[in-house]
Amino acid sequence: MNGGTILEGKDLKVRRGGRLLLDVPSLSVAEGEVLSIIGPNGAGKTTLLQALSGLLRLGEGMISFRGKRVGADISPLEYRRHLAMVFQEALLFDATVYANVAAGLRLRKVDKREIKKIVAARLEQFGINHLRDRAAKTLSGGEAQRTSLARAFAVKPQILFLDEPFAALDPPTRESLLEDLGRVLREGGTTAVMATHDQGEALRLSHRIAVMQEGRVVQIGTPAAVMNHPVNEFVAAFVGVETILAGRVVKYERGTATIAVTDGNGGTAGVTVDTTVGEGAAPLKAEQVWPPPVPQEERSGGQKDEVPSFRTGAGERKNDDSKAPAFIAAAGEVREGEKVFCCLRPEHVTITPGPCPARSSARNTFPMVIDRIVPAGPLYRVQARGAFTVTAYITVQSLEELALREGATVTASFKATAVHLLRRG
Amino acid sequence: MEVIIAGIRQALSMLVSFDPEVMAITWLSLKVSGTATLISLFIGIGIGTAVALSSFPGRQLVVSLINTGMALPPVVVGLFVTIFLWRNGPFGYLEILYTPTAIIIAQAIIATPIVMGITLAAMQQLPRKLRLQILALGATRLQMVWLLIKEAKLSLMAAVMAGFGGVISEVGASIMVGGNIKGYTRVLTTATVMETSKGNFDLAIALGVILMLFAFAINLVLTRIQQRERPQ
Repeated sequence: MNGGTILEGKDLKVRRGGRLLLDVPSLSVAEGEVLSIIGPNGAGKTTLLQALSGLLRLGEGMISFRGKRVGADISPLEYRRHLAMVFQEALLFDATVYANVAAGLRLRKVDKREIKKIVAARLEQFGINHLRDRAAKTLSGGEAQRTSLARAFAVKPQILFLDEPFAALDPPTRESLLEDLGRVLREGGTTAVMATHDQGEALRLSHRIAVMQEGRVVQIGTPAAVMNHPVNEFVAAFVGVETILAGRVVKYERGTATIAVTDGNGGTAGVTVDTTVGEGAAPLKAEQVWPPPVPQEERSGGQKDEVPSFRTGAGERKNDDSKAPAFIAAAGEVREGEKVFCCLRPEHVTITPGPCPARSSARNTFPMVIDRIVPAGPLYRVQARGAFTVTAYITVQSLEELALREGATVTASFKATAVHLLRRG
Repeated sequence: MEVIIAGIRQALSMLVSFDPEVMAITWLSLKVSGTATLISLFIGIGIGTAVALSSFPGRQLVVSLINTGMALPPVVVGLFVTIFLWRNGPFGYLEILYTPTAIIIAQAIIATPIVMGITLAAMQQLPRKLRLQILALGATRLQMVWLLIKEAKLSLMAAVMAGFGGVISEVGASIMVGGNIKGYTRVLTTATVMETSKGNFDLAIALGVILMLFAFAINLVLTRIQQRERPQ
C-alpha cells in the first residue's frame, strides 16, 4: 500500500423498483490496497462492486478514478480500460485458453507479439501454461477460474474487481487459487476490491474489510478492527463472533468493566437466567464468579436508572438464591449502568473438563455443561451452557484427551481482554 | 409402383447427365433463396441482437410479434407482396412482380423473423454477466455486441440453416410473386408443383430428390458443426 487514493465513490445510490439497493455516502480505495466487501447474500456487495467499476448506471453519486470524475473527466470506456473484473462464474469465451487470456489485449488492439509475451507470462503465473491450447469449454472449474484471473491480470489493471471469485470452487481448489491470487496481488501491488461472503478469504487477502448490510457499509476498517471490534451485533455475528451476550455494566474500574449478563439471545436484557445447570453440576453460586455480585441493597438503591436491575424479568423481581446472573469482566470504555453486548470469539474460549475450583479467584471462569459437539472442518465446535451459552473450537486431539462429551461438566474461561463490548440501545 | 420406379430411374439419369433445365432451375433456386437468406441474416441478427440486449416499454409485445412471425404462412406473405408490387400497388412502379427479385423479397420476409427469433433466443441464453465481463475487459459497445454474436455463433448457424431451409422449400409465395415463368422465375418447388400437375412424374421426382438433397446437406453441416463443438 502506498496510500494515495486511487478510487473514490461518493453518494452512491442505486434504486430498483423503488427499493434502495445501494446507499453508500462515501468509500475510497487506496492505491495498492486490497479491500474486501463482506456481507450476507443480498447485502449489496455485487451492486457496490458494479457501481464502483462503472458497469452499473448509478441513480445518484459519482466515481472518481485518480481524482478524475468518471463520465466527466474521463469516459466510462477509458475508466473500464484501467480495470479488470473476475466474477464467480469464469465467463470464458468459447475459444482456447490462450485466446481467452488475450481477449482484453485484443480489444485494446495491442501488438500481436506483445500479446504473445504478456499472455505467456500470465499463463505461467497462474500455472496454466499446459492448458494454453485447450478449449475453454473443456476446463474444470478451478482451471477456468485460473484462466479468468489470468485474463484479468493480462491487461495490467490498475484496479481489479473480484466478485465472489472462489464461491463456486471446491475447498482444495479454492485454497490453492486463494494462495496464488494472494501471491500475484502482493507481487504486483495491485489494488483490488473483492466481494465475498467468506470472512476467511477476506482476512487472508485484505488490508481493509468493509461489512455491508442492506445496501449500506456498516463498518470499514482493518481486519483486526472489524473482527475484534465489531460496531454492532450484526457485524459481530457475521464476522464469526459466536457468543454475543446481552448485559449491563454494573461496575467500571480502571479500564475493567464488570458486566452482569443474561442469556445469549440479545435483547432479553434484564431476564434472570436459570443458572442451575444439568444434573451433576453444581448450581452456579454468586461466589463462584468473579467479581462477587453487587449487594442487593446497592442494586435496589436510589439511582434506579444507572444501577441495573438485572435480576428482574418484565418488572418482576425474584429473590431466589439459586438463580443469579453471571458476571463477566471485560476490558473496554464503558460507563456503569450502560447496556452492552459482550462479544466473544470462539477461539478465545478455553474449555477444561471438570467443575471450577471452588472459590476460584480467576476472572471469567464459569461452570458449564456441554450442550452440543459438532464437527466443523478440522475442529469441533463445542457449545456449552451455564449461566449463558458459549461456543468454542477444540481440536480432535483435545476432545479425546479431555474426554469431552455432550452432558459433561466443564469449565469455560476466557480473558477479560478477549471480550469485546458493544453498546446497545 | 412402376411409375415411381421409372420416375426415379429417369430422375437419376437427369441428375447424372446434368440435364440443363434441371440445373438452371436448381441454380436459380440457390441464388434466390441464398440472397433472401443473406438479407434476412443482416436484418434478423441485427434486430434480434438489439432486442435481446435492450429493454424498452413494449419489448414483450415485440418479442411475441417476432415469435409469431416465425410461423408466418408463405401464402400470406405472397399475397401481401403481390398486392404491394401489383401494377396499381404502392410499389407497382418498380415493375418487379413476376421477377426473381420479387421472390427474393418474399422469401426474405419469410426468413427474417425465423432468423430474428432464433437470434433473440440465442442471445438471451448467454449469461447476463457475460456482457458485464466483456465491458470490464475494456470493450466498446460495438466490440461487446460483436463478441456476444461470436459467442452465440452456434445458435446463429442454426438460424442460417433454419432460414435457408424454410425458404428453399417454400412454394406458396414463390409461385404467387414469381409466376413460375420458365427459364426466368421457375424454381425447384414451383417446378415440382407444375410437373406433378402435368403428370411428368420423372421430372418432378428429379426436382424433389434435389430438394431433399439440399435438406440433407443442410442438416449434415449443422449436425457436424454442433457435434464438433460439443465439449468432450
